[in-house]
Amino acid sequence: MSNTSNDILEKVTTGDYEYGFSTEIDMEYAPPGLNEETIAFISAKKSEPDWLLQWRLKAYKTFLKQQLPRWQNFELPEMDLQAISYYAAPKKKPELKSLDEVDPELLKTFEKLGIPLNEQKQLTGVAVDAVFDSVSVVTTFREELSKVGIIFCSISEAIKEHPELVQKYLGSVVPQSDNYYAALNSAVFSDGSFVYIPEGVRCPMELSTYFRINAKNSGQFERTLIIADKNSYVSYLEGCTAPSRDENQLHAAVVELVALENAEIKYSTVQNWYPGDKDGKGGVYNFVTKRGICLGNHSKISWTQVETGSAITWKYPSVILKGDYTSGEFYSVAVTRHKQVADTGTKMYHIGKNSKSRIISKGISAGEAQNAYRGLVQVGPNARNARNYTQCDSLLIGDRCGAHTFPYIESKNNTAQIEHEATTSKIGEDQIFYLNQRGIDTEKAVGMIVNGYVKEVLEKLPMEFAVEAQKLLAITLEGSVG
Amino acid sequence: MLTIKNLFAGIEDKAILKGINLQVNPGEIHAIMGPNGSGKSSLASVLAGKEDYQVTDGEVLFEGKDLLELSPDERAKEGLFLAFQYPVEIPGVSNMQFLKTAVNEIRSYRNQPALTAGEFLSLIKQKQKLVELDDQFLRRSLNTGFSGGEKKKNEIFQLAMFEPKLSILDETDSGLDIDALRIIANGVNRLKNNNNSFVLITHYQRLLDYIVPDFVHVLYDGKIILTGTKDLALELEEKGYDWVKEMAHAKEPAQ
Repeated sequence: MSNTSNDILEKVTTGDYEYGFSTEIDMEYAPPGLNEETIAFISAKKSEPDWLLQWRLKAYKTFLKQQLPRWQNFELPEMDLQAISYYAAPKKKPELKSLDEVDPELLKTFEKLGIPLNEQKQLTGVAVDAVFDSVSVVTTFREELSKVGIIFCSISEAIKEHPELVQKYLGSVVPQSDNYYAALNSAVFSDGSFVYIPEGVRCPMELSTYFRINAKNSGQFERTLIIADKNSYVSYLEGCTAPSRDENQLHAAVVELVALENAEIKYSTVQNWYPGDKDGKGGVYNFVTKRGICLGNHSKISWTQVETGSAITWKYPSVILKGDYTSGEFYSVAVTRHKQVADTGTKMYHIGKNSKSRIISKGISAGEAQNAYRGLVQVGPNARNARNYTQCDSLLIGDRCGAHTFPYIESKNNTAQIEHEATTSKIGEDQIFYLNQRGIDTEKAVGMIVNGYVKEVLEKLPMEFAVEAQKLLAITLEGSVG
Repeated sequence: MLTIKNLFAGIEDKAILKGINLQVNPGEIHAIMGPNGSGKSSLASVLAGKEDYQVTDGEVLFEGKDLLELSPDERAKEGLFLAFQYPVEIPGVSNMQFLKTAVNEIRSYRNQPALTAGEFLSLIKQKQKLVELDDQFLRRSLNTGFSGGEKKKNEIFQLAMFEPKLSILDETDSGLDIDALRIIANGVNRLKNNNNSFVLITHYQRLLDYIVPDFVHVLYDGKIILTGTKDLALELEEKGYDWVKEMAHAKEPAQ
């Protein structure tokens, strides 16, 4: 590609990160370091019951035995886990009775992020749990939801108020020993969201959690647990941003979803953590374990993710298709530019009969970024008539980036039908020229081509967020045409 | 409308256009013919601003402006339209969405307000009749999975939507059956008026039965070596290009 077009591409993919501001607020930290005292400190800060402290300590012991993974398609940066603080919370908490008691700085912060916490100002039909560093600030529309028996609160509150549910399901989908970061999270997780949809209830609004990392030298280890009881339905969305800081920050979350008989969970993510600057300095390490289990027959779990941020995105939202006639879906758009890295995909474990899964992954790389799809489709011996369809497309913008595909297929049942399609394409100069010739400038042309390319996935997002995601993609790729 | 003076252009070190001179006035239709590889499509690409080509000499004025100074999208906004020989496919972008963006980009450049959804729809309704384009093509992704003939129809439909001052049709007739050719030619004839101009690049005289040109030029080895009227096209059809080539070589000093 000629120099001029590379210049334009450069411009189009180097747009600035919009959410890079930080909030000055009085904070309380755990002293840096990872040890049993830190864990006891977190547990005490949150006035947790003893069973949970014991659970955390057990996880810590497991963690000490874990090895750092080495199979990923990028160089894992050295990280000193003893140097970071595992708990950072705005002072002036706890026990908020109403929004008036929330620190106005916090409200302003969320407002600036486009997430007004005042219910009157909110998007109608969306309830929000706002998590700032290690704590949940406020959860909106709780009363309205509780009228139909839905529990939507921070996981800290759920631990106190609904211990039977938490105890039953916490760690049931992602065991403490699952992997290095899941073990770490289990030991030190601070806050996150909890959702319970009772039997037969269709959640009347979108539930959403907004994660904001603000504090320096801290990590965010949130834990989310969503349980959809028989014949229920819920659509849940998480969004995330962080200030632009020179040092890297670790975000190691665990999300567990449980769908009982005939229940459906739709989980969408619009991930926009700070990606680092154009030279690859700073940015969030997003090392997350997300997994759902279709426990009951005819249940369904669907993951949709739009990943534009983070210096490194490393996660595989997965579904265990345990029940018969269950369905798992994974729709993903991962955009990387500058020196960003993404190694993402999914795992579909077919255990039940007639279970089916569908994977649509769209990777877009610009600049010097590396983007990998890694996915496992596993069919167990009892999963008669399991079906999977995988489509995995990569789009390259410019000639310095990379796209990689690592599909794994393991079938132990000869009635399984597994399809895998993969394509890699370069954003065509011809496509850009065609649109130019129709009066559309290069920046808009790239936005249009990319949005067309990912349309199939964006259509899976709740409406309000699909529009946001479209804009986000256009902004993200501003300056990346090449 | 368009003045090309002594235009030289090529790709990397390869010279393709070697001194083109052409004057197109408002209301005129020019046909450019010539054997394969003579530079016809390159001329269209250079005029539209495809960046693979470097212009090494000469100038091009479009409505008094230096065309070569403008970016490809600015050329389009100034009123230059190229109907592509091979229209590209853009999956996921509906024809409708693409047209709306393009029409409003062009309008905004001309300081006209964006069309409302209603105005846009009635414009579409009016123009799609010109090329007998079915509604389903509007909803489908741009050119994706269209047949060759459908793609070409879609090009002329866009031409109708944008109402350019100068339209260059790059081998729009190739690969068309006789019905599609007739539909497209009728569309062009109805769009033609005293203020706009057309340059038809073609291999075949056939198209010129339907769209009658004011001038026919023969392009050979990067130069226009012969200019005539419609009769020249008939003569070429009958005799082929060899006699024109010989004439061209006779004019040149021996090498």
